[in-house]
Amino acid sequence: MTVAIHVDHLTRKFNDLIAVNDISFEIEQGEIFGLLGPNGAGKTTTLAMLSTMLKPTSGSATVNGMDIEHNEDGVRKSIGIVFQDQSLDEELTAWENMDFHGRLYRIPGEVRRQRITELLDLVELVDRKDDIVKTFSGGMRRRLEIARGLLHRPAVLFLDEPTLGLDPQTRNHLWQYIATLNKEHGITIILTTHYMEEADRLCNRIAIIDHGKIIALDTPANLKDGMGGDVVTIKSSDPSAIIEALKEPWVLRVEQHDGQVIISLKNAEQHVGTIVTLLNREQIAIESISIHKPTLEDVFLSFTGKTIREEEADGKAAMRMYQKMTRR
Amino acid sequence: MDIIYTIWLRNMKRYLRSKSRIIGSISMPLFFLLFLGFGLNSVVQIPGMDENYIVFLIPGMIAMSVLFTSVFSGIQVIWDKQFGFLKETLVAPVSRLEIMLGQTAGGATTAFIQGVIILVISLFIGLNSQNITGFLIAFGFMALIGIAFTAFGIAIASRMDDMTGFQLIMNFVVFPIFGLSGALFPISSLPPVLVPITLVDPLTYGVEGIRYGLTGASQINPLVSLAVLGGFTIAITIIGAYLFRTIKS
Repeated sequence: MTVAIHVDHLTRKFNDLIAVNDISFEIEQGEIFGLLGPNGAGKTTTLAMLSTMLKPTSGSATVNGMDIEHNEDGVRKSIGIVFQDQSLDEELTAWENMDFHGRLYRIPGEVRRQRITELLDLVELVDRKDDIVKTFSGGMRRRLEIARGLLHRPAVLFLDEPTLGLDPQTRNHLWQYIATLNKEHGITIILTTHYMEEADRLCNRIAIIDHGKIIALDTPANLKDGMGGDVVTIKSSDPSAIIEALKEPWVLRVEQHDGQVIISLKNAEQHVGTIVTLLNREQIAIESISIHKPTLEDVFLSFTGKTIREEEADGKAAMRMYQKMTRR
Repeated sequence: MDIIYTIWLRNMKRYLRSKSRIIGSISMPLFFLLFLGFGLNSVVQIPGMDENYIVFLIPGMIAMSVLFTSVFSGIQVIWDKQFGFLKETLVAPVSRLEIMLGQTAGGATTAFIQGVIILVISLFIGLNSQNITGFLIAFGFMALIGIAFTAFGIAIASRMDDMTGFQLIMNFVVFPIFGLSGALFPISSLPPVLVPITLVDPLTYGVEGIRYGLTGASQINPLVSLAVLGGFTIAITIIGAYLFRTIKS
């Protein structure tokens, strides 16, 4: 296996705020690698450093074997990026946006025209190629940006929140594109997301990132298996009492969150009866009880003690600070 | 060169597509020309000049048209910043210098075209010159004003986050540059205290240069004008390129 991206103790500070805190990981060629975390966790900052848009405070990284600090142009040539915010020229047509990009990357005329047609075909925008981008929907713009990011045949494609703000149908469609690109064209993809489902469905491996640190890194299946196989969630007015009552050997982990008790265990079907009996004996009222397979949401919760949505609320304050600083 | 051309090409496409902008930026110098020109034509007699006031005013209005369009073109980099397009160019394997020079070339070209439009209109309202060399001299000065003030706009845009400061720049920087340039009145008719200020204004030399080309008379030697405006253009382009180097998307 060849290494596409190698990250070694990468850190980025903005004054007092440590946006990315000493992260290390490796992405192999042909992988879809996800950075999963709430807004403000440091995902975009990581991508900005890997794409040479931002200098690291310390640490180093290579992309396709090239150092992000010492070979900026080499890195830039070998990557394609779809930014979180739109970066198309709305006054130009789809074709002109593609053409501009092709010229910037010095793709010769004939090859350029041929590839633009191919790619617009791939993202199903050929019949809209001469329309001004201003008239495009959010999903069409995203597709155009992905096509543009692929025009110079990058070895690695960076996708920063690729489906943010898109409707479920378009999101599904885009996921298919991304998976196809990876499978049929062998493009290594690194994407950031705060959608659990997106990470779960698309990525071969996921790094869960929170407050600038990688807190878990594995395949989605392994991450979920690490939770013990099943999750039982009990809603009750007295969650602490439940935790007290459930000191049993088959309980792998028990956590209290937001008036709910979340129990990780194996073979939940066999134990759920016991749980109810135990709680009845202690005279603890159960409002509701449910069994489900662990999701990445449970994984995130178990590592951070918070759900991703709660983290976002915290993260927003940090984000605002971060944005102010990057404006300087 | 190909990168500069690419960015220039994008600017041209956007310019040709924005009819309202073309008309908008012609209208102000045109109204000045018509109202001030015809309004004051019979009242104002420029000392030492046989021509009408309107003929005196024409070079000033051409310079004004180039000035405003070029500053605005340069500052448009802020729009690219806000609409995210700047990132697309900044992350490409091209140097910041090429991007900046492409923007400058694009802005200067649009400004130049705007100036030529005013010049052509002027031919119908009093400008009477068959001197080809004179036109070429005027074109040269127009190009220099265009390059210098697009670079100036880019320099400002590199240091601004959004368009909120734009009005401030217009009112306190661009209008004074225009007002003090001798576009509306001869420098010699100003009180002596103000003369040094007009001589610090780079646009003064642009207006004088164009005036020399179109009317054959100017208060500043055209070679001096060329030297000063040329020097300013080079200096401000270097400053603009330097500031653009550190621009944040």
